[in-house]
Amino acid sequence: MRAVVSVLAAVLGRIGLWGRGVVVAIPFLWLMLFFLVPFLIVFGISFSESIIAQPPYAPLVEWLTDEDAGTNKLQILLNLTNYLRLTGDDLYILAYLNSVKIALVTTLMCLAIGYPMAYAIAKAPPARRGPLMMLVILPFWTSFLIRIYAWIGILKGNGVISNFLEWTGLTSGPVEILYSDWAVYIGMTYCYLPFMVLPLYSTLEKMDPTLLEAAADLGCRPFKAFLKVTLPLSLPGIVAGSLLVFIPAVGEFVTPELLGGPDTLMIGRVLWNEFFANRDWPVASAVAIALLLVLVVPIMIFQHVQGREAEGR
Amino acid sequence: MAGQPIRKPTRLEPWQDAGQAPYVRIEKVTKTFGDFVAVDEVSLSIYRNEFFALLGGSGSGKTTLLRMLAGFEQPTEGRIFIDGVDMAGIPPYERPVNMMFQSYALFPHMTVEQNVAFGLKQDNVPKAEIRDRVAEMLGMVQLSAFGKRRPHQLSGGQRQRVALARSLVKRPKLLLLDEPLGALDKKLREKTQFELVNIQEKLGVTFIVVTHDQEEAMTMSSRIAVMNHGVIAQVGTPTEIYEYPHSRFVAEFIGSINMFEGRVVEASGDHVLVASEEAGCELHISHATPAPAGSPVAVAIRPEKIALSKEPPPSADGAAGRNATKGVVREIAYLGDVSIYLVELPTGKTVRVTAPNVTRRTEMPITWEDEVYLSWRPFAGVVLAQ
Repeated sequence: MRAVVSVLAAVLGRIGLWGRGVVVAIPFLWLMLFFLVPFLIVFGISFSESIIAQPPYAPLVEWLTDEDAGTNKLQILLNLTNYLRLTGDDLYILAYLNSVKIALVTTLMCLAIGYPMAYAIAKAPPARRGPLMMLVILPFWTSFLIRIYAWIGILKGNGVISNFLEWTGLTSGPVEILYSDWAVYIGMTYCYLPFMVLPLYSTLEKMDPTLLEAAADLGCRPFKAFLKVTLPLSLPGIVAGSLLVFIPAVGEFVTPELLGGPDTLMIGRVLWNEFFANRDWPVASAVAIALLLVLVVPIMIFQHVQGREAEGR
Repeated sequence: MAGQPIRKPTRLEPWQDAGQAPYVRIEKVTKTFGDFVAVDEVSLSIYRNEFFALLGGSGSGKTTLLRMLAGFEQPTEGRIFIDGVDMAGIPPYERPVNMMFQSYALFPHMTVEQNVAFGLKQDNVPKAEIRDRVAEMLGMVQLSAFGKRRPHQLSGGQRQRVALARSLVKRPKLLLLDEPLGALDKKLREKTQFELVNIQEKLGVTFIVVTHDQEEAMTMSSRIAVMNHGVIAQVGTPTEIYEYPHSRFVAEFIGSINMFEGRVVEASGDHVLVASEEAGCELHISHATPAPAGSPVAVAIRPEKIALSKEPPPSADGAAGRNATKGVVREIAYLGDVSIYLVELPTGKTVRVTAPNVTRRTEMPITWEDEVYLSWRPFAGVVLAQ
């Protein structure tokens, strides 16, 4: 074993790839294999035509041999109708817009709940911060699906919330929150909250408390000091947390499927339907590529802000 | 104490004037954190236009006292008056005080100009006036060209000047400075010391500066309060603190000093005689002491007040055997302008003597293992009671 490693080291060392090179190369290779290659496959399928076959799409590149004519032809078919369908049928556009809306509301709700949480944890005595952060991460220890099913029990017509409201007399009959957009908001805000709290906490915790003392010393009241000092300095955390919530929320499938109503239209569900119900892989691929393009913009903003922050350090 | 500027003799000494009301009055202030007593019944009066230093080691309570003046900490007991107003319950943002922080605490997301303008904006000063006053302040600290930069693009010395400009731009009557020169290198520190004194005199602001650096305190301040374990050991002008320390702690904390243990032989209104086996001679001190004859005392003598000679000195005092003793040079440290000699007395006591290098060092008038005479004048010693 040791001999193999040393031979490998020698070979890689010869081409200047050892130590630091390998450390970087392995994850890159991983991403190439399992991200870039599938992406290219999906990208290819999105230009293909749906056929009833196995796999259910026409090959993009075909080598046609006509024995009678004695010719060989390389045929490349690029089918753009899949993308045209996305713009032609307003189902897709509505699904996109609705996904963005739900993701946006989820992000804002996570921010509204997560910021005070992160702030309180960052201001807690150092010995208490670890356990508090632990509690934020704790839900990850149980299955995501189980937690969503638990929400069904809480939100349904004769569930916990409904029964409680009836008991207090605030409502006369059962309240059905499940299978509505609100159930989706609640479920998704719950799921993604830790992704908001973690980056916010790490920026708020790093903040120098003497900056707030300096602001107070210069005549700034506590709330204004928060707006003028704490908030701008935690902006990188807000951006990171928002993107960590927004990006996966746009493509979310499980939560709206389980908690949402039949009219909770989200691009993740459309994608699933196209793939598995319609078996129309090319359109599904086109939807996926379009979704990616929608997400590239916030990712670029994220990169830009991160770059600027790194520069500022 | 190289480079110590002598305070102008025309300088007011308001603490000598009984009619003058102190600008800052600290009355029996105690601050405890849990069981730890950080500041213990401290009372102080600081007057307008003073450059007042709180000097002490770490944990002496000097910073806690400063933070109580700024309003970041509330006294556990006692009261603080600034300009006659009781500061109890008044939050930092309503106090007529500004502070320069040890870490400077510049806002990293703002430019130099925005940092300096911050305090004025809180008071809703008109925009045009803010611009003028910020420009004036940056001019004063010689940073006019750096207004658009951010703090991380500045050197340590420049940041320190931004912090100073920011704390002075609101024209506070009282400026608190927490180790203002702590992060600067030695050369820059010396230069900045003089700048701070000039600015303070020009603007007529009362400065209270916290420092652990005795040289810094001596150079800049009109008066010094030496703090130890939350208690003020002595308050006085730099000269008083250096020449007439009240206690062993102050004597040893400021500069270096030789301590001779002894017993009072004769105490009168204008002089004291102390017999000291350790010194190997009788010590004649030309000031009075409350210690009665027979009580144990220590006599403190600064190293530069002791003369070294290879010949027996002409009796400084008339009476033979007083204020003169003999020893062997064990160590010499050459510092350029002065040399430090460690002289061992026959009693085993090591005495530190500093002497200016008037001649070139190569001539070596006194060298290792030389037998030398030590002598000092009656005014050199200070009697410290046990």
